[in-house]
Amino acid sequence: MSRIKINYDKLKKEHVEKLMNICPFNAFEYENEKLTINSACKVCKMCVKKGPEGVCEYEEIAKVQIDKSKWTGIAVYVEHDEGGIHPVSFELIGKAIELAKKTMQAVYAVIIGADIEKKANILLTYGVDKVFVYKHEKLAHFNIERYANVFSDYIETIKPSAILIGATALGRSFAPKIAARFKTGLTADCTKLDIKENTDLVQVRPAFGGNIMASIVTSNNRPQLATVRYKIFNKPQVVEPKGVIIEHNCQGINLESKIKHLKYIKKERGIDITEAEIIVSCGRGIKTKENLRLAEELAVILGAELACTRPLIENGWFDARRQIGLSGRTVAPKLLINLGIHGAVQYEAGIKNSEYIISVNKDKTAPIMDVSHLGIIGDLNEVIPQLLQKIKAEGVINGL
Amino acid sequence: MKIAVCIKQVPASTDVKVDPVTGVLIRSGTNNKMNPYDLYAVETALKIKAMIPNTKVYAISMGPAQAKTILNEALWMGCDEAILLSDRKFAGADVLATSQALSQGLLYIGGLDLIICGKQTIDGDTAQVGPEIAELLAYPHATYVNEIISVNEKTLEVSTNYENHHEILAISLPCLITVEKDIYTPRLPSYKRGLDFKDYEIEVISLKDLPDNDEHKYGLNGSPTQVEKIFSPDKNDKKEVVEGSILHVVDTLFNELKTKKYI
Repeated sequence: MSRIKINYDKLKKEHVEKLMNICPFNAFEYENEKLTINSACKVCKMCVKKGPEGVCEYEEIAKVQIDKSKWTGIAVYVEHDEGGIHPVSFELIGKAIELAKKTMQAVYAVIIGADIEKKANILLTYGVDKVFVYKHEKLAHFNIERYANVFSDYIETIKPSAILIGATALGRSFAPKIAARFKTGLTADCTKLDIKENTDLVQVRPAFGGNIMASIVTSNNRPQLATVRYKIFNKPQVVEPKGVIIEHNCQGINLESKIKHLKYIKKERGIDITEAEIIVSCGRGIKTKENLRLAEELAVILGAELACTRPLIENGWFDARRQIGLSGRTVAPKLLINLGIHGAVQYEAGIKNSEYIISVNKDKTAPIMDVSHLGIIGDLNEVIPQLLQKIKAEGVINGL
Repeated sequence: MKIAVCIKQVPASTDVKVDPVTGVLIRSGTNNKMNPYDLYAVETALKIKAMIPNTKVYAISMGPAQAKTILNEALWMGCDEAILLSDRKFAGADVLATSQALSQGLLYIGGLDLIICGKQTIDGDTAQVGPEIAELLAYPHATYVNEIISVNEKTLEVSTNYENHHEILAISLPCLITVEKDIYTPRLPSYKRGLDFKDYEIEVISLKDLPDNDEHKYGLNGSPTQVEKIFSPDKNDKKEVVEGSILHVVDTLFNELKTKKYI
């Protein structure tokens, strides 16, 4: 049993309010002059550490410790479809290799599907020690029940210490199913991962809408599951393959399912700048249609949506759905690039939820510079063409 | 048909900071509300109730006694029954222990054909409790459902929302779904309906009422994950203006995009 105990003999009346203020979860209740702790308590121990000394106490009876040495290796669940392997899987392999080095563990990639030999060979070139290939015609498309049965078979046989899964729509459905089946810990949307000598993953994730970061461990359960969003970690270098492919024909695994896949509908890319993760936005400084094409080219390379300020709607260069600002849309991208935008208050009202803002402008004193994380002072006519040239020369275009 | 909706009480504002000196969480206000995504789950259940005669909708929540407020809201919106899982032994629950308690609460209701959850909460943000409940109950599940296409006593046909595609699934009942926001527009609680529930007592159940009441599976004891520490995120308030030769500014811009992995 672990819980917070109130030592009533030490509790004074003036402590009550103090404790109630300290508790981040409002778990203290004060009724009929009696202080109690309700089920909102997360046993965060704030009241023990920050409260009046000795009033709150943490009680714990040690649990039976598991034998962590029976679980070894870091596994990456490889997400893929007709289009190929999802790039988040490569990023996770890169991180797994880094973590495995610290603890002298092996790195495994697990891929489930029908026609996947080629993909398995690609995975080897990213430096994994073993690629586990589970092949069956019934596994041609992702079906959560079948895939979960296959992956469970892998976990039971290989016993990996940690499993990394991309925090995609698919991964966020799949990972919890696996974690619940093995009654183990799962940490969603990790933004940082580290590892302790005893192979415990240190998982850092945002909470409360990103206002707080929490560092989380799964100290007495294996496997440890973590999901990580795309583009959090770096894609590793391609290396000379040193690993091996281990095939499994899925015999003995239950491939029945209560879910039927009826249709797969590719999304039409409608105009919606409000949900865009990356936006290239154009202002009056664009001046010519030629420059507009440059902005479009940059948007294509970055996988960004194009947006604009009000004057460019008025001169008919843009669809009205692309306007940012008070009379347009409010956006919240991870990256906003402003090209030739002065920064009227109406425009700035529409961009204040952007995570990172880069602005290119000739005028150093433009108000847009005050809200930009990075201001680039220069002429669009020169900066953008040279940037495009450099990107092409370095061949670093993201292939998504 | 018997439908259950899982709802959660969350802080009205996620605007919290960590005091840099004491390490204590500072919250602006202590008001609570129903997790906004759960409103869509409630609405979905009520829409299905309207499609299938003799359907009963249960709202269930885990939390302290204050969580009755959001259960009342669910009743006022149109749910038929409300149940609160409340016990100090549920305290400190992570995703697994929360799912364990809720799945047992759902078994306590019994005979459910469909369980509906919001796609995630705004305080935990994990989107993992729904699928874990499904697995613990051995129900098939679908996440990010953005449309109910058809439903009968045996099968539910839905559209699910992925990054680049939609997938149409037919799922055998009983099953669990998590729904996207905007699947339907949630109705407002009806004051008139509230009057009907004036004398209604929300049933409060604790660990001893659950089919599996092994206390090691609940709360902090049943939680495989532990929070080691909490801290403030690195704020990205650094502002920089770069001028100079065209080569220099282009290099800066290029490197910035590269470091941030956009190219």
